[in-house]
Amino acid sequence: MSLTGLFLITFLIVHCYINAQIFYNDGGARFTEAAHFMGTNFLIRTVEIGLMGFLLLHVIQGLALWSKNRSRRTNRYAVNAGSATSPWYSRSMALLGTLILLFLIMHLSKFWAPNRFSQITGNGEKDLYHMMKEEFQTAWVVGVYIFGCISLGWHLVHGFYSAFQTLGLGTSRYKGLIKTTGIAFSIIVPLIFIAMPVAFFMNWLA
Amino acid sequence: MQHYNMNLTLKVWKQKNGKTKGGFETYPVKNVSSEMSFLEMFDVLNEQLVSEEKEPIAFDHDCREGICGMCSMVINGRAHGPWSQNTTCQLHMRAYKDGDTITVEPWRADAFPVIKDLVVDRTGFDRIIQAGGFISVNTGNAQDANALPIDKQKADESFAAASCIGCGACVAACPNASAMLFVSAKVSHLALLPQGEPERMTRAFNMVNQMDTEGFGSCTNIGACEAECPKGISLENIARLNREYIGSMMSGSKVEGMA
Repeated sequence: MSLTGLFLITFLIVHCYINAQIFYNDGGARFTEAAHFMGTNFLIRTVEIGLMGFLLLHVIQGLALWSKNRSRRTNRYAVNAGSATSPWYSRSMALLGTLILLFLIMHLSKFWAPNRFSQITGNGEKDLYHMMKEEFQTAWVVGVYIFGCISLGWHLVHGFYSAFQTLGLGTSRYKGLIKTTGIAFSIIVPLIFIAMPVAFFMNWLA
Repeated sequence: MQHYNMNLTLKVWKQKNGKTKGGFETYPVKNVSSEMSFLEMFDVLNEQLVSEEKEPIAFDHDCREGICGMCSMVINGRAHGPWSQNTTCQLHMRAYKDGDTITVEPWRADAFPVIKDLVVDRTGFDRIIQAGGFISVNTGNAQDANALPIDKQKADESFAAASCIGCGACVAACPNASAMLFVSAKVSHLALLPQGEPERMTRAFNMVNQMDTEGFGSCTNIGACEAECPKGISLENIARLNREYIGSMMSGSKVEGMA
């Protein structure tokens, strides 16, 4: 969980950086250039296979861990401590992860899948910038994206810290640094992602 | 603090043995003093039940001064009750007020099967200790205390980990019924000292392996164990256990049962 999670966190940084190119507000010129590099570079495409593999592994591991841990307490408590002893998101990683997965299925089928399909069938890359512009005119699509990114944020608040703790780095020396960085990451990255559909919806971008 | 008496309603888990299904029974308890400990309140209730020729409630207890780790009750969803760094025997009735309803359940985990009512079988912890929670030393006279220099900070950290009383509140509180905090405390207090060196490369692996065999869950770093631990064992110990575990995996030492 920890290693695949950290890989996915690294991916988020790259994804966020590339897509944030739209904020140059140059009609998508810089973004398209970056997307073209990411979509055609041999090395990147190879890593992409790994990314899909790790994503799948993260999902499978997560579900397996969730069901195994659930089975360890057949008779459940009548009264639960709830938030008195732990924050809700740390207990809801499987639920948050499922929400993110559902969002991802929609997200990939909107952009990634049609683009790759077009490339494979010899029709070249799609104009992703204008696809985004078009998709994000619909209010409910923007709503789903905001909801998906908020789920991601909560998942990261626990996931970021938890990944380092599993690797044994949650010591008194690093714990504060890891927690603070994790919370900052979990707020900043999803916020930048949320800003993208919102910016298109509000017609802030040319 | 002002002394007062209160009338309470207790909802207590009753279960004949591990094979039968249990359920809650409701008991009214009258004139409970705010000075009583939670277990003394149970003694009064049991006396009352015996005098009425009803079966008393079975519960674990021993020293009643918060150091033995025998008492084990989940009170209104909280292992050892609402006070932090506190055992059930050291919980006092001034935590409650007149008219309160208190739900009392046993530690719930498949690895801690119920023996009777609130008493659970915690021998799984003993088997985890047998798997690696020991050191090999020669018998004979004790060594001179200063023969082995030990860093002060390490000695303190080791001592803090060794304060684990093995009560199992971490398992009871963990949504995954994981015993990681217990195992991490036991691994830490030996791993930090030179006396623990000889078995260091196999200890963490063997104890974690035994923990899995016993049917405890896996750690997902939720932290409810640390919040409920009567001895304040820190999650840092789990980080150390993870390092020790990774170390024993990387060491290449052959360990029985290691793939």
